[in-house]
Amino acid sequence: MAEFLLELFSEEIPARMQVKGADDLKDLVTKGLTEKGLTFTKAEAHSTPRRITLVVDGLPEQQPDTQTDKRGPRTDAPQQALDGFLKSINQTNFDKCVKEESPKGTFWFYREAVKGQPTGKVLTTVTEDALNKIVWPKSMRWKASTRQWVRPLHSIIALFKGEAVGVNFALGGNEKPVTAGKSTQGHRFLSSGKIEVSNFADYQEKLKKAHVLLSRDERKAIISKQSQDLANKENLKVREDEALFEEIVGLVEWPVPLVGTFEKEYLDVPQEVLISTMRGNQKYIALLDGAGKLSNKFIVIANMITEDAGKQVVAGNEKVLRARLSDAKFFWDQDRRQKLESRLPALEQITFHQKLGTVRDKVSRLQALSQGIAELLGSDGKLAARAAELCKADLTSGVVFQFPEVQGTMGRYYALHDKENPAVAQAIAEHYKPAGAGDTCPTAPVSIAVALADKIDALVGFFAIDEKPTGSKDPFALRRAALGVISIILENKLRVSLNALFAKSYQLYGSKVKGLRPEAEVSKDLMQFFTERLKVALKDQGVRHDLIDAVFAVKADDDLSRVVSRVNAVQDFIKTEDGTNLLAGYKRATNILRIEEKKDNKTYSGKDIKEALLAEEQEKNLFKALHASGDKIKADLAKEDFKAVMSGMSGIRSAVDQFFDKILVNAPDANLRANRLSILASIAGTMNEVADFSKLEG
Amino acid sequence: MTASKALSFQNLILTLHQFWSDQGCLILQPYDMEVGAGTFHPATTLRALGPQPWNAAYVQPSRRPTDGRYGENPNRLQHYYQYQVIMKPSPENILELYLESLKKIGIDSKYHDIRFVEDDWESPTLGAWGLGWEVWCDGMEVTQFTYFQQVGGIECNPVSAEITYGLERLAMYIQNVNNVYDLDFNDVPPNSTAKQFKYGDVFLRAEQEYSAHNFEFANTDMLMQHFKDAEGECKSLLNAQSTHPSNNGRKGLALPAYDQCLKASHLFNLMDARGAISVVERQAYIGRVRNLAKGCCEAWLGVYGDEQKKEAA
Repeated sequence: MAEFLLELFSEEIPARMQVKGADDLKDLVTKGLTEKGLTFTKAEAHSTPRRITLVVDGLPEQQPDTQTDKRGPRTDAPQQALDGFLKSINQTNFDKCVKEESPKGTFWFYREAVKGQPTGKVLTTVTEDALNKIVWPKSMRWKASTRQWVRPLHSIIALFKGEAVGVNFALGGNEKPVTAGKSTQGHRFLSSGKIEVSNFADYQEKLKKAHVLLSRDERKAIISKQSQDLANKENLKVREDEALFEEIVGLVEWPVPLVGTFEKEYLDVPQEVLISTMRGNQKYIALLDGAGKLSNKFIVIANMITEDAGKQVVAGNEKVLRARLSDAKFFWDQDRRQKLESRLPALEQITFHQKLGTVRDKVSRLQALSQGIAELLGSDGKLAARAAELCKADLTSGVVFQFPEVQGTMGRYYALHDKENPAVAQAIAEHYKPAGAGDTCPTAPVSIAVALADKIDALVGFFAIDEKPTGSKDPFALRRAALGVISIILENKLRVSLNALFAKSYQLYGSKVKGLRPEAEVSKDLMQFFTERLKVALKDQGVRHDLIDAVFAVKADDDLSRVVSRVNAVQDFIKTEDGTNLLAGYKRATNILRIEEKKDNKTYSGKDIKEALLAEEQEKNLFKALHASGDKIKADLAKEDFKAVMSGMSGIRSAVDQFFDKILVNAPDANLRANRLSILASIAGTMNEVADFSKLEG
Repeated sequence: MTASKALSFQNLILTLHQFWSDQGCLILQPYDMEVGAGTFHPATTLRALGPQPWNAAYVQPSRRPTDGRYGENPNRLQHYYQYQVIMKPSPENILELYLESLKKIGIDSKYHDIRFVEDDWESPTLGAWGLGWEVWCDGMEVTQFTYFQQVGGIECNPVSAEITYGLERLAMYIQNVNNVYDLDFNDVPPNSTAKQFKYGDVFLRAEQEYSAHNFEFANTDMLMQHFKDAEGECKSLLNAQSTHPSNNGRKGLALPAYDQCLKASHLFNLMDARGAISVVERQAYIGRVRNLAKGCCEAWLGVYGDEQKKEAA
């Protein structure tokens, strides 16, 4: 068993492309190996800013021998066909062919044993093929090359069992190809010259000596551990930020955490802004005090051990941060000189969508819609309208212009500064929520109203101008908006009719925007869109999608909380013993009905049951049970007490079981038979009040 | 930083000149027109096109009217200097050369954390783009590094490497000052009676007056008219064909036409600073300048009008 090592060494690869690049290389090479009949025990992809590396272990030294079968013409085929076949297999006679019988006659077969190639040779083809196929998100030419790579490629290592495998990366344009060898380079500044390696272990070891940690996990562990140690020394803790750590791992080959300090006066600026500029622009790790408040210390992960132990690196980074923080502080001070309210006219300059008007127009709609929603939910409509009026005003502030990700958050600060009602300020901050799967939902009444309004307005507007998401395209993030609406409604157990919200929102557009699709179409499409989104949302929580179909089949309910209560009750019920049995009975009943109704070419209904024709005890009992439960189920459904509905269903289970045990449905007497089929219809009818159980799979 | 005294602003330029001259670059002078960046100098825009090797370095005064702050911001200027290097084809060791240049001006990689961070470059007005990095020194962007892929909508083949140093920013770093106006502009030898000039002594008044001009007084009606004039003149020069024997039958006067394109570009920037261009109009103006730039690039390569001819035929 043998090992293959491949490294592509280039100028700095963008951090966001490294992992995918290395994984793609692994996939392409291992797929190629498999196609060539080469097995392996392990394949690992690695990446640093300057290299992507692949190691495949447990390869055989040689491809297995194989045999190709070529079927020729029938032995009695015309001479022309026989000659043609011989020509195609490069033979002059049939000495090396065999005859084989088949139902269609006797055919010539040519079997050729194909000797397996040495693995090294196969690796050349497989690797060159993979390098041709790999696609970077953005790639470039350099020198006079016509070939593309993510950044200029300088060298390749391709080693099988320690021996160089011939791999050429042709550059085109009369440039010499990059030819694979045994050597690479270490850290850009902490190592010099070429490093020759003999296998993966040796490669990893020598890279480490040359200040390159190949493993991303190892780099991340060091960043995390050493940052924590440094923080501990300052009595602080590291602000957890997985995405930031991941990005930093792609910016360094040899991580060296260092602590920097900034002036305490900058802590007056909201910490969201400080963190934004530290992480977004500079990739610094923020340090928090015991109470979780931002401190005036930060960690920079250098890629360098300097001769003064990082003194100038820290000083330089502090200086850069100071300039950025002073900018942020300038805007923060500047912004507060103006009331949020006074920023409204400036929103006329920001386009929401060309056809749907400006953000100022949107704000006017949101005021009315938020107020309507709040009043519908029994909360303060005036506060909701005020929050809606101010919710976008921070878009014209200096801080948000510089740091768009703190939109909303800044609005809250400015609103509090303007002495707005705290509930209004909170709603301004929370109205974009939930910002995606995993984000929290607003729970305060005013926040809920504005958050719903913001999303409904976008959904109705874009659907009305026929900008629905298609396939993978969702430029206005409408799926996320719908999912946000669903989460807010379900998490807060809100009772609200979606159609009523759509209607209100549509009306607000309709008075201003021309050329909208008809309202009925828009709300129909939206309801369908929401049903799909709801299925996705519930599926993530482990709810079967067919249950949702079953519930929707009874009634296209636009009250999502009610839909979900019903779905959950049904789901719980069919897991119980009563539920499983009753479901089996239901299936039996509907199967028989389907067959018999087809035969008779008529439909049976529970209404046609004639009490006088009930002969046996079991059918009498079932009739009574259905009658009693049917009424109770209807009453409980009206009360929306779905638990009671299910217990009502449990009540008919034993009667159904006994009926099927003892009663012959297809009785010789035609009247008896018709009556019993009507009883079956009644079972289905009663249960279908709750959900269309025929939609359940399995 | 090394123990020796930090370079003055003018010595920084002289040092870079010497270094890149040693690497075989022509040391050119700034282009004598208002431009937004060193890339607009014909020594980059036009010379990046075509197969001939080309290595040049120069300082380019750059004007960004919207960045004016009346001399009150320690980092922002509406007029500043870029040091521009272009090498075609891009040398194999161009990054090493660049790092050596940093060492020459007092940034020794043994003492600093130098990083190449993804930053792709695009100039919608020039119809140009390339891939590369912003170079960070201890967290500060000191250089933009780009491998040109397209200029004027035309593929660059071979590819040029472009290095753009922000001179004021570099000097502030090397001299360790926090305000651009406090930079030492010159060196005063010991026992000399020469005056020590600061950057502010030379440029503060200009920043104040030009900020007022750009934001308050530039006559937008006139700018608009000049834009149209420059655009018209550019197009007519692209279609001009001199009968003088020196012209060799070439179609279009690429270089004079390009001057008009540069004028149009700067006039657009001024109108933008005056707030005379709405968001909707912006794209249209940029597109008009890009069309001029493309025409000039095509004329430079001697293929201007070929497309139109093809379409007409």
